[in-house]
Amino acid sequence: MATVSFQQATRVYPGGDKPAVDKLELEIGDGEFMVLVGPSGCGKSTSLRMLAGLEEVNEGKIFIGDRDVTDLPPKDRDIAMVFQNYALYPHMTVADNMGFALKMAGIPKAERDTRVMEAAKLLGLEEFLARKPKALSGGQRQRVAMGRAIVRQPQVFLMDEPLSNLDAKLRVSTRTQISALVTRLGVTTVYVTHDQIEAMTMGDRVAVMKDGLLQQVDSPLALYDHPANLFVAGFIGSPAMNLIEGKIVEGGVRVGDFVMPVAREILAKAAGEDSLVLGVRPENLVVAEQGLAIDVDLVEELGADGYVYGTMAGLDTAEKLKAQQIVARISTRTPPQRGTSVKLNVADPKLMHVFSKATQQRLND
Amino acid sequence: MPRFLSSRPDSRLIPLPWELPLSQWPEDHLVALPRGISRHVVRFIKVGNAVYAAKEVLEHLALHEYRLLTELHRAGTPSVEPLAVITGRLGSEDQPLDPVLVTRHLEFSLPYRSLFAQGVRSETVGRLLDALVLLLARLHLVGFLWGDVSLSNVLFRRDAGEFAAYLVDAETGEMHPRLTDGQREHDLAIATTNLFGEFCDLEAGKLLDDSLDPQRLVDSILARYRELWAELTGAEEFSDTEMFRIEKRVRRLNALGFDVAELAIDTSPDGSRLRIQPKVVDAGHHSRRLLRLTGLDVEENQARRLLNDLDTFRARSNQASVDEAVVAHRWVTESFAPVVAAVPDDLRGKREGAQIFHEVLDYRWYASQREQREVPLLEATAGYIRDVLTTLPDEAIAPEAVHLDGRQLANPYDPSAGFVDDSDEPMPVDPWEDIEESEPEPGPAYLDIDALRARSKPSPQ
Ligand SMILES: Nc1ncnc2c1ncn2[C@@H]1O[C@H](COP(=O)(O)OP(=O)(O)OP(=O)(O)O)[C@@H](O)[C@H]1O
Ligand SMILES: Nc1ncnc2c1ncn2[C@@H]1O[C@H](COP(=O)(O)OP(=O)(O)O)[C@@H](O)[C@H]1O
Ligand SMILES: [Mg+2]
Ligand SMILES: [Mg+2]
Repeated sequence: MATVSFQQATRVYPGGDKPAVDKLELEIGDGEFMVLVGPSGCGKSTSLRMLAGLEEVNEGKIFIGDRDVTDLPPKDRDIAMVFQNYALYPHMTVADNMGFALKMAGIPKAERDTRVMEAAKLLGLEEFLARKPKALSGGQRQRVAMGRAIVRQPQVFLMDEPLSNLDAKLRVSTRTQISALVTRLGVTTVYVTHDQIEAMTMGDRVAVMKDGLLQQVDSPLALYDHPANLFVAGFIGSPAMNLIEGKIVEGGVRVGDFVMPVAREILAKAAGEDSLVLGVRPENLVVAEQGLAIDVDLVEELGADGYVYGTMAGLDTAEKLKAQQIVARISTRTPPQRGTSVKLNVADPKLMHVFSKATQQRLND
Repeated sequence: MPRFLSSRPDSRLIPLPWELPLSQWPEDHLVALPRGISRHVVRFIKVGNAVYAAKEVLEHLALHEYRLLTELHRAGTPSVEPLAVITGRLGSEDQPLDPVLVTRHLEFSLPYRSLFAQGVRSETVGRLLDALVLLLARLHLVGFLWGDVSLSNVLFRRDAGEFAAYLVDAETGEMHPRLTDGQREHDLAIATTNLFGEFCDLEAGKLLDDSLDPQRLVDSILARYRELWAELTGAEEFSDTEMFRIEKRVRRLNALGFDVAELAIDTSPDGSRLRIQPKVVDAGHHSRRLLRLTGLDVEENQARRLLNDLDTFRARSNQASVDEAVVAHRWVTESFAPVVAAVPDDLRGKREGAQIFHEVLDYRWYASQREQREVPLLEATAGYIRDVLTTLPDEAIAPEAVHLDGRQLANPYDPSAGFVDDSDEPMPVDPWEDIEESEPEPGPAYLDIDALRARSKPSPQ
């Protein structure tokens, strides 16, 4: 088992004008499940390959445990890169399908058998070991694939979008299984995905990246409740946080003809700016007497709760098309009707976020 | 209403039963052809006289693969040709179905399983690996990181005495301006793992010659790749007395089938040392030349063979001073075309024209040796058709896929479904499956923040 640490690790691709990974500073605890998330091209896979020893580190260092691995070749790093390979070989038994990479690594048969058996127990696959994979279900195939990784018993697992080609249902069940397994095994894991829901449901901590820069690293809830900047605020959560721009006025921020109260200390931090961005999660909006007037465009009911999608009231059709969407989570007992107009206010002002437009940073604390 | 995305629309695709999952398509739309194993549902479909491959796959992957295949095709890298992506499919109960990626079935292509099923000598395995390594190097040269290199994701075609490899599965690929060494190493690591698994599988199915060892085979892939890559891209240094080495390097690259479009030559300040490095190389040295001269579009080694024959033709007919293109035209009408035309219609599915010509040349060489006389081309052709061609299996579209690996497939359209004689014992009880079954279908993709809060300690406000 081991910790992993990126210390100002930087990668510039030959011919690239800016770093694909820029001074990455990230400490991953022993046994921690760390997810790297961000839009395509933000540098996730590059970071993973740097850790694997497959991409040159132009500046900075990388440690696994207390070993500086920056210049070590991949084979000396005791890591297992898990790729999307879960082709099952029809002539081989499930046991051989799980253990063949160990054979390639020259591990003796007795040891291979023990490791495959241990993995099979963890995965509920003992009964299947002697069978051919022919009749296995999608879920069982996924478990054999996980077995392939587990038997390697590395210090660190590296996983790059292992679920991206699964259908929605299998993806949901497999992500639960992977995080449960990795937690049980206690192996440090770095997991890459572009899907923030996957990141939030799997990670002990989540590192959000954009344009090669680490934006924030924290527990899923901390990211959700205290996003450091506008990017993280908009990226994490779905439906996304409402980010509403307004002019600074006495006592708050004016949006349309409504003034959202904002504490004086927060406004004071925005000296020199004339407008700010308010961030309100859909579940922190309620229908109220006073508030932002919204034209309801769509109501989506999902059991006891639902979502209202709308735009600022009083816009003409052309403006409406360009206008920002506002989303509120509402109780479906008395849902507003499509085509009507409602007033939405913040349920708990303490949970409203205020961002500087100039620095993009959150100003609340 | 399904939506067709295509740059070369084929209207015959429109009336197909897109409202049915591919696995339920009626047999009259399908052809059972040999193919590799796959995770997705893949079927070969008949559309008029054309055969297409259809793969049911998630939307983002279908579009990604369509675009990448288009790009690879444009770059002239051997890969299957993308035709369309059909999105917005609704089932008979209006349930959404995954999109389908349609590619043109690569004629005369041989998936490795059907090659091995016929029994493969160890030299042949070496040739297959050479073809795979060449394909990988060509992909890397254009900046393509494959991410899923495997025998299943390659199609082989006969290429004179060698093989040519084509990419079929680009789903995991990425295109970059230039790959780094690490990215290429990543592909190689994937290739060795996948190929080791595939060779072990052939071994378990008793389809791998006893003299072949999976470990040695994958080691040889690495060695072959590194050697080829060094030749294609490596720098060479020598003194100014060895200028001939420039010419030599270019010839070696030509022999490998590459043209050198840009060669960097640097000299030391005093001019006594030189450093050369190929910057841009293009595959297809022989095939491009043959295409230019004759209009024949064939594989690289076939082209090499045909060009040799063209040279012999020219020398023999004393036309050394005649314009090359004129001679080439005469060679096509007097040598190549008559051989191909002599093949009866019902045997045309066995080999492609240029391959037949190559095999006829081989046949003639042996016949001439045996009979101690120069056997005329058309006589050799007749002998080849009689003695060789008639005994060969159909390879254009070979419906013997049903008996792949000498065993009967459980589903003739899907090798991934295993074989009829695999054990049909009842499956063991699997409690994990019950849990999975009982989980509801996921709804729209929302982050369930309440569940997340319930799981964790409340975050400090
Ligand atoms: N255009 C084509 N011409 C000939 N054969 C094809 C074509 N397209 C696909 N095939 C065959 O179908 C098989 C499966 O296709 P493909 O590899 O795209 O499926 P897949 O489900 O994505 O595979 P994987 O499990 O590797 O991701 C291939 O191995 C190949 O034999
Ligand atoms: N070989 C390369 N040459 C130049 N740029 C590259 C190369 N490989 C990746 N990049 C660029 O580096 C950035 C980060 O890529 P990557 O790590 O793959 O991102 P992610 O995994 O987050 O999608 C992207 O802008 C990508 O285009
Ligand atoms: Mg494939
Ligand atoms: Mg695939």
